[in-house]
Amino acid sequence: MTDRMTTELAALRVEAPAGLEDAVLVAVGLADHYVTRTSPLGDIYVAFNDRGVSAVDIAGDAGRFEARFLSDHGRRAVSTDEIPHRIVRHLDEAIAAGRPGRLPVDLRGLTEFQAAVLHRTATIPRGEVRSYGWIAKEIDKPGAVRAVGSALAHNPVPVIIPCHRVVRSDGTLGRYSLGTAENKRTLLEAEGLDVDAFEAEAARGIRFVGSDTTQVFCHPTCRSGRRITEAHRHEFATEGDARSAGYRPCKVCRPVAA
Amino acid sequence: MSTMTAESITARLADDLDATFPEVVREVSSDLYSGAYRMLGNRQDAEDVAQEALVRAYRALSGYDAGRIRDLRLRPWLWTIAANLCRNRLRSRARKRALSLDDHDPADLGPGPEVVAEWSHLRGELARLLLDLPWPIRAAVVLHHVVGMPYDEIAVALERPAATVRSDVHRGLARLRAAYVPQEER
Repeated sequence: MTDRMTTELAALRVEAPAGLEDAVLVAVGLADHYVTRTSPLGDIYVAFNDRGVSAVDIAGDAGRFEARFLSDHGRRAVSTDEIPHRIVRHLDEAIAAGRPGRLPVDLRGLTEFQAAVLHRTATIPRGEVRSYGWIAKEIDKPGAVRAVGSALAHNPVPVIIPCHRVVRSDGTLGRYSLGTAENKRTLLEAEGLDVDAFEAEAARGIRFVGSDTTQVFCHPTCRSGRRITEAHRHEFATEGDARSAGYRPCKVCRPVAA
Repeated sequence: MSTMTAESITARLADDLDATFPEVVREVSSDLYSGAYRMLGNRQDAEDVAQEALVRAYRALSGYDAGRIRDLRLRPWLWTIAANLCRNRLRSRARKRALSLDDHDPADLGPGPEVVAEWSHLRGELARLLLDLPWPIRAAVVLHHVVGMPYDEIAVALERPAATVRSDVHRGLARLRAAYVPQEER
C-alpha cells in the first residue's frame, strides 16, 4: 500500500508548460521577444525588450536569426505573437517612415560615439542621403569618417535607424549593414530617391546645388534643393565655389556642418 | 535538477549569472511547476508562482556576491521563495472566499477545471486529497513525494526542523491512505 501510494504521488509530477522558461528569461531581461514584419526588403525580424526595439535583421529563417541575435547580444531571442502596446503603436510607422519617431530603441552596449552616430543618422529625412563625412562633422568628430562607417555597419536596428541614407562622399552608395549594397538601393528607391540620377550627378563632381533666387545652396537630395527649377539651378563642386558665388548654406539640410 | 550537480551549478552561477541562469531555469522549472500545481490545484496559479519564484530568484542573485551564491543550496533556496508564494496565494484565496461567502462569488477560489476533470481518475483522486491536507503537511508531502526532495532540503525550504518535516510527511501519508480508496476497490 505504501509503495502504491508513493508511486501514485510521484506520478503526479508534470512537465512545466512550454512557455514558462522563455517567459522567465524575458521577464528578467535574459531574452528578448521577436516578431516578423514586412518591409521593402521583404520580411524582417524585429526583436524588442523592456527598453525598446533591440534588433532588426533579415535572415533566411528564424533559426538563423535567433543564432545571430544570441551571438550579437548575448541574450536569447524568443518568438512571440504579442507586441506590447508602447512598441506596436509605433513599430509599423517607424519601419514605413525609416525613422524611430516615438518608437523606443534599445541602444545598450553601444559606445557613446556609436550612439551619437546613430542618433544623428536618425534625423536624415526620408528620400535624402548624407555622406559619412557629413555625419562625422555633425557630431564634432570630423576626423572619424571611417569610425562613422564602422558604427553604421553595426547599427542594431537598420531600416528604423536609416543607415541606408548614409553614402560615400563620392556619391557611391557604399556598404550596407543589412545584406548587400543592393538592399541600400532598394530602400532608397522605395523612398522615392532617383538613385541613378544622384549617382550620375555625383560622378560629374557635383556636391551641392543652389538657387539663384534665394542664394542658398543645398545637398542635392535636400527637399528644397530638389524643388529648384532648371532655370534657377546652379551646381557646385565645393563649398568654396558656392560661397564665392555669394551663396549661403541651407539651414534645413546643413550641406556643410555648422 | 537531477542532471546538474548542485556545487558546480552554483559555482558557475557565481562566475557568470547571466550565462548560467537559463540553465537553472531549464533544470528546475518542471520541479517548481509540479510542486506548485499539486500545492495549489490550479495550473494557471502554478505557472504564475513558478515564474514569479524564478524572477525573484534572479533578482536576488543579482544582488548577491560570488561567495554567497557559491554557498547557496540552490534547490531548497528556490523552494523557500516558491513555497512562500504558494502559501500567500492560498491565504489570499481563503480571504476572498471569506469575503464572498454572502454573494456566492464564483471567482477562481480553488481547483481549476483540469483538476476537477482529473478527479474521475485514480490519480486525480489523490490530487484532490492532497488539497484537503493542511498547509505545512501538504507542502511537505508534495516536496518529498512529488518533487522528490530529501527531508533536510524540505526543512530549509519550509523553514521548519527536519524532524517536524519528517513527521508531517508521515502524518500526511497516513491521512491520504485513510481517505484514498483505489478505484478498483470501489
